[in-house]
Amino acid sequence: MADPRAAILGRLSAALGHAADAPAVAPRIDAHARGPQPMWTESVRGRFLAKLEKVAGTWADVAAPERIAEAVADYLAVQGLPPRLCAAPHPLLAGLAWPQGWEVESRRAAGDDRVSLVVAFCGIAETGSLMLLSAPESPTSLNFLPDDFLCVLPENRIVPRLEDAWALLRDERGGMPRAVNLVTGPSRTADVEQTIQLGAHGPRRLHVLLMKPPAQQALRARAGD
Amino acid sequence: MKPTSHAFADNAHRALDDATLQQALAKAGVGFVAKRRAAVAELPEFDALRQAGRAIKDHTLAHLDHYLLRFEETLQAAGGQLHWAETPDAACAAVLEICRDAGASIVAKGKSMVGEEIALNDALEGAGFEVVETDLGEYIIQIAHEPPSHIIAPAVHKTRAQIAALFEAHHRQPGLARPLESVPQIVDEAREVLREKFLSADVGITGANFLIAETGSTVIVTNEGNGDLSATLPRVHIVLASIEKVVPNLEDASVLLRLLARSATGQEITSYTSFFTGPRRSEDPDGPEEFHVVLLDNGRSRLLGGAFHDMLRCIRCGACLNHCPVYGAVGGHAYGWVYPGPMGAVLTPLMVGLEEGAPLPNASTLCGRCEEVCPMAIPLPKLLREHRRQEFDRGLVAGRSRWALAAWAFLARRPALYRLASRAGARLLHKLSRGRGRFAKLPLAQAWTAARDLPAPQGDTFMAQWRRSKRG
Repeated sequence: MADPRAAILGRLSAALGHAADAPAVAPRIDAHARGPQPMWTESVRGRFLAKLEKVAGTWADVAAPERIAEAVADYLAVQGLPPRLCAAPHPLLAGLAWPQGWEVESRRAAGDDRVSLVVAFCGIAETGSLMLLSAPESPTSLNFLPDDFLCVLPENRIVPRLEDAWALLRDERGGMPRAVNLVTGPSRTADVEQTIQLGAHGPRRLHVLLMKPPAQQALRARAGD
Repeated sequence: MKPTSHAFADNAHRALDDATLQQALAKAGVGFVAKRRAAVAELPEFDALRQAGRAIKDHTLAHLDHYLLRFEETLQAAGGQLHWAETPDAACAAVLEICRDAGASIVAKGKSMVGEEIALNDALEGAGFEVVETDLGEYIIQIAHEPPSHIIAPAVHKTRAQIAALFEAHHRQPGLARPLESVPQIVDEAREVLREKFLSADVGITGANFLIAETGSTVIVTNEGNGDLSATLPRVHIVLASIEKVVPNLEDASVLLRLLARSATGQEITSYTSFFTGPRRSEDPDGPEEFHVVLLDNGRSRLLGGAFHDMLRCIRCGACLNHCPVYGAVGGHAYGWVYPGPMGAVLTPLMVGLEEGAPLPNASTLCGRCEEVCPMAIPLPKLLREHRRQEFDRGLVAGRSRWALAAWAFLARRPALYRLASRAGARLLHKLSRGRGRFAKLPLAQAWTAARDLPAPQGDTFMAQWRRSKRG
């Protein structure tokens, strides 16, 4: 059988009547030109939270990184969950002082984990989305397997639009990790009679811990503006 | 699957007589239309995005070879493997080989219309693999042994009671007595059963809404999270895609994502939009060890630059199905193959042959709603007419229609004769109506008059009245 790659590409260039390596086209990819940008009047934080609530996400303010454990405890108490969770091996979570008797494991998720705690790469105000990147400090399975998905988002890491998140990703990471997950609210389905039901296969609940950045980090963010 | 598009008329009659199906369709259509309308109304930039989206697709298609080669290069640089496939059989063979090499026994599948197009489940099951559809809608139709009836809501034709009965029959185990009536109970049942499959699957297969030439990424858009579990937990991830899915860069994908979710479900963005780029990195704690993309042509390259070129812009949102009066009346199965509704009536004849698909382009009122709501501004009515033209040219139009069309064409090209004939016809019908003003029944048009009356002409033609009024 003929080489399918050559056959398909041959038909394409015959139909298009030009060679594949048109030099005029090449720069388009790297120009990263943006399409029409949705506009709004609210603050970035206000927009993010309004959109998050619209998709049934919940959130709480966290005054400082060392208060994360407290915010998690509040959430578990409200949900009536036991003090057990699987936390991402993220530096921000590594030094937390968990209350006595808590079971906190730092690893990828297993099928029966009830609660996960992760740190988002950034938030996107346009849609109330969290952007999560697969990495040693951010196992992707934590985003999808547990019933309750808790995500720390430093307040200074909310960007206006999706294109701003791509710019941040290129700037800070240089390229794509294996997985980029845009997570917008809990898992849902409408496959039974178009009735929306939360918690299809992924998390049933999504809770954002909106964290005031540590003083030093805030300073750096301002200096970089 | 073996297409039954040639039997559209019979299929449609059966669908119209199916009370349960009619109940399900009535529930679905209204919701989709209202949700899309609200989402579009909320975004003043929608029209500008639509134009930008169309321009992105037009540009990419005009340099499709360039962007596919770039995608191949970036995918391979990220450690992924690309498998070019000209035909459905070749695509299935590529998937089977990957599964065999991986020593797989269980395959977890996310929703993929390309998977349906190549009938992958039959191929995998035939080769002895256990295949589990993990999208709830796809899972329902898999255990019902049916094809999808909608490209984004595959089980939209099933009622809650039917789904509950299917689960009862399929999941019944000794000692299992979970109640299965409400929507949450049904969804939880599927969650529990499928969770085990995700954890034990060796290979995960998903589709792709977009391929990104810049980064070698594949993109999926889901709400349930099943696609991500299929892409994260098994040792091997296979992505099924077709050649027209490629876009230049992440900014281009961002424009199209804003259009896709709004047009499909009326969401601003789906719960999960995920970009996969190669297999797990050496330090990654999870993710697949192998990442494969099977790239299908199946006749698409032949559409490029031809009469159906515009169809290659389709992003499979399903808006044309949701707004089609014919789809709304008969549902997706009547179309007899994988793609239903207006986009299916254009694609099916191109993929399974005009002979098999001939009735589909004719099962349309050409009302134009599909084109109006299409986020890619595909001129669907024009493409349906092009199919009709080709059917006429190739002698695929039945005797009576052919004769009637030829007679009409003869008259239409002779205005004086046309006027004479329409005048005679109007007078005759006026006389026959005997002052009742309408016909409840007409010979040769009984199917038409069965559901409505034909208003009787007033005795003269418009042209004659126009001349009189101008003189007066």
